[in-house]
Amino acid sequence: MSASLTLSTTRRARRLAVVPLGALALAGAMLAGILFGPAHVSLAGLLATLADALGLAPLPAEFARDAAVLGVVRLPRVLMAAIVGAGLGVAGAAMQGLFRNPLADPGLIGVSAGAGLAAVVAIVLGGSLFGAAAGLLGLWLLPLAAFVGGLAATLLMARLGSVGGVTSVATLLLAGVAVNALAGALTGMMIFMADDRQVRDITFWTLGSLAGSRWAQVPVVAVLVGLPTLALCALARPLNALMLGEAEAFHLGTRVEAVKRLAVVLAAIAVAAGVAFTGLIGFLGLVVPHLVRLGFGSDHRLVLPGAALLGGALLVLADLAARSLAAPAELPVGVVTALLGAPFFLWLLRRRGGTR
Amino acid sequence: MTEIIFALGAGARVIAVDSTSRFPTLVEALPRIGYMRALAPEGLIALTPDLLLMSEEAGPPQAVAVLRAARAPIRVVPDRPSADGVRAKILAVAEALGLDGAPLAAAVRADWAALDAPIGSQRPRRAIFILSASRGAPLVSGEGTHADAMLRAAGATNVIGGFTGYRPLSAEAAAMAAPDAVVMMTHSLAEAGGLDAVLSMPALAVTPVARTRRVLAVDGPYTLSFGPRAPQARRDLARLLHPGAALPDLPLRDWT
Repeated sequence: MSASLTLSTTRRARRLAVVPLGALALAGAMLAGILFGPAHVSLAGLLATLADALGLAPLPAEFARDAAVLGVVRLPRVLMAAIVGAGLGVAGAAMQGLFRNPLADPGLIGVSAGAGLAAVVAIVLGGSLFGAAAGLLGLWLLPLAAFVGGLAATLLMARLGSVGGVTSVATLLLAGVAVNALAGALTGMMIFMADDRQVRDITFWTLGSLAGSRWAQVPVVAVLVGLPTLALCALARPLNALMLGEAEAFHLGTRVEAVKRLAVVLAAIAVAAGVAFTGLIGFLGLVVPHLVRLGFGSDHRLVLPGAALLGGALLVLADLAARSLAAPAELPVGVVTALLGAPFFLWLLRRRGGTR
Repeated sequence: MTEIIFALGAGARVIAVDSTSRFPTLVEALPRIGYMRALAPEGLIALTPDLLLMSEEAGPPQAVAVLRAARAPIRVVPDRPSADGVRAKILAVAEALGLDGAPLAAAVRADWAALDAPIGSQRPRRAIFILSASRGAPLVSGEGTHADAMLRAAGATNVIGGFTGYRPLSAEAAAMAAPDAVVMMTHSLAEAGGLDAVLSMPALAVTPVARTRRVLAVDGPYTLSFGPRAPQARRDLARLLHPGAALPDLPLRDWT
């Protein structure tokens, strides 16, 4: 305990730096995401679009394309990437803290598998199962299903993982494994029932993409991902206490049970609402918290906001790469994050293996 | 669809194609926009097209919604695997380009119709279409697929039914269906290890095909795309299914 206290005092200067540095990285990434991409936007087009947006001057017709690229295609996309990435980063950090396990990521609590299963059900059975509702919901059917599915899987896991009102982390982990396996099996069943086209849709969904980002989705994600992200940042002190061990945390006055449940549910909401619109995006939730810890230590008061800001920045940049590298086609963004994340993670494992 | 544009003589106006467009070979030089069900809104806008011709199969719907919000000039073309579907597709593409599609549609229709009687007089061959056979149970085409439509058009009955799309075929279902011909795409036959490897698969070893050894290799996109070359593809497949049948030669067309 004293060790962690000295740690936090010696790193005070750094702690002060993590939020502005992270915010700077996020702002820089978002600016790059808006300014760059396969569609070339001229400086004049950018200025004309800005002037039009600020109500200074009407948009000249020759810049209509630039305005559409900036305002309709890129801006909502960059905002979505920033928010969804922040949610994935902070959820990963919170899960690693809660499970006291560097390998933890949001997938562990069943949210990805549950969202995936529900999305696949919506893709395969959408029209036939939901009928009129599918027509009414249209483009919202799949995200709604994925959100509900992700949340339901996590709640199921939390329920199974707690015995007599006490949630043991080990039981929770095993319940997560079981829920993941069950969702995986049901997803396999759906794939068996799917036709060729639906199988391809499923494949692309599980690889993640921000190509479908539209303005209508931004407020939904801002609330459903943004609020849990902020709330998770506020759980920093209890998560710090939990790092010392559950009994120690309890004696420090932490309401251990409540914190565990709250962290799991908040992480599930943040991740489920994000992947509902983007599809599964791998590795971000796992790698980003480690990056922050490498630079700023493991105090959750730094790691949680740091992981949110860096997660947002990295997903914006990964999406920029995804839409630029294969232009005029587009790489799935999950491929980009895993392609960069997996080698980094291996390197991290090797390094840790040496010290432990 | 790309083929139709070239057949209409407007090939020079094509600036990019999706990954499934392989004919005519001129398109190999054009930028590729990726798979048509994983469209990239910004990549498409970056090409500054005057017209985005897309099949009704194109997607995902969210990306199409982004394109529509950005006021991209989209035209959706129907895609049905039938003679009427080919005609509707040609007319829709021609109209979108401001061209007269009637002559092309009529020529394709006439070529298709010329095969109706000679193929109709053959006893339908009991056949299945195998999409892929290199991993476990062969993936066969059920109802509603382009392969199903082409099999029937070329004088065969698709003996696999009861489901739509593509499914793995179990050995027992194959024995019940008793096909005496198998149609495969050339490259998936090669991937599966050739004729003997395919015939020794449990699902086929118990069927009449193992005896007749009638495994017919066809060019996939050519046979299944139901474009302007659909009559030729129909004739080629019919000749493979019924080697002895007297099929009329089709007139030489610019687009074949």
